[in-house]
Amino acid sequence: MAGLKTRKQQRILVLSAAIATLFGAVLLVLFALGGDSLSLFLQPLDVKNKQVEAGQHFRLGGLVEAGSFSRDDDGLTYRFTVTDCAATLPVQFKGLLPDLFREGQGVVTEGALNADGVFVATTVLAKHDENYNPPGTLPKSADQCTHPDAVSRMGR
Amino acid sequence: MHRFANPAQFNRLADAVMPWAMVATVLLFGAGLYYALAGSPPDYQQGESVRVMYVHVPAAWMGMFVYVVMAVASFAALAWRHPLALLAGKAAAPIGATFTALALITGALWGKPMWGTYWVWDGRLTSVLVQFFLYLGYMALWKSMEDEEKAGNAASILALVGLVNIPIIKFSVDWWSTLHQPASVMRLDGPTIDGAMLVPLFLMAAAYQVYFTVVFIWRMKFEINNRKLSVMRSVDMGH
Repeated sequence: MAGLKTRKQQRILVLSAAIATLFGAVLLVLFALGGDSLSLFLQPLDVKNKQVEAGQHFRLGGLVEAGSFSRDDDGLTYRFTVTDCAATLPVQFKGLLPDLFREGQGVVTEGALNADGVFVATTVLAKHDENYNPPGTLPKSADQCTHPDAVSRMGR
Repeated sequence: MHRFANPAQFNRLADAVMPWAMVATVLLFGAGLYYALAGSPPDYQQGESVRVMYVHVPAAWMGMFVYVVMAVASFAALAWRHPLALLAGKAAAPIGATFTALALITGALWGKPMWGTYWVWDGRLTSVLVQFFLYLGYMALWKSMEDEEKAGNAASILALVGLVNIPIIKFSVDWWSTLHQPASVMRLDGPTIDGAMLVPLFLMAAAYQVYFTVVFIWRMKFEINNRKLSVMRSVDMGH
């Protein structure tokens, strides 16, 4: 009887050790890979720091800067500035904008920088934030850039 | 815990819980759906589309909760070699897979009009898809071998390996930049969802939970009877 109990305890010990090792290994791999390779997009400050070259394809994410949105005379090309509250990048896009696209809200765009340093987007997706509110009420973080964790709340 | 490891004990407990769980499921779904579809305001950004959230978020929570249930059952099955624990994992898996599929599908249907796309390979969406495949893999392993116990052990090991995906799902939106929004309810500074919207969300979450209890008990009883039947058959053939 005593032997049986020890075998059970041994199994529990081996299983627990195996699970702990696996958790440790996977989490170490994820952190070794780093945030960048597993992140969906770069933010304007990343683009500046990495000195991304013109023509290189990548995703750019951030907030659409308030007051930066305009439409060209052709009626199809949109221009706006994407900010991460630390740096900004001008974006130009020809196509359909999603319902949630708004100044002050998040976007994830795909494209490349042109020679003038403008990000020419081929797709624009709207990024919804964590606020859910009835119309006419203010969300917990009304002005995202003045909020202390403005950048982290965009997924960093 | 060992008290419930006896099928007769389990059946007694299940029969006591079942009627209450069924009544609670009907009442909570009634109230939850009323508040989700009619008794709550639209969102200041999303409009009426916010109502998808009341189906989507509890489904995603349950997908993870049931996975943990399955993993705990798998651990107990491997450690104590008790057949009832093995059956608990087997009973839970298809329910969890269904909740996960529901979260993925409702998320995609919400994503198209709101984000502008059904799908994107970001950390959150990808890790939830991995969870769905882990459920499928667990169920496939159960069917892969003639010997039920061997199949169950192999499936249990997969369930435990896949447990590492649970913290990845939860923290994917904090560790990496994603299209999916960060946490709105389980966050350190409290929910960022208006109180009027938390009512249907929590009602629906409770409804899903009792619904899971009902279906889980049904499936457990089915698996226990199945096991009894196959034991009876093999005894029959032995004589």
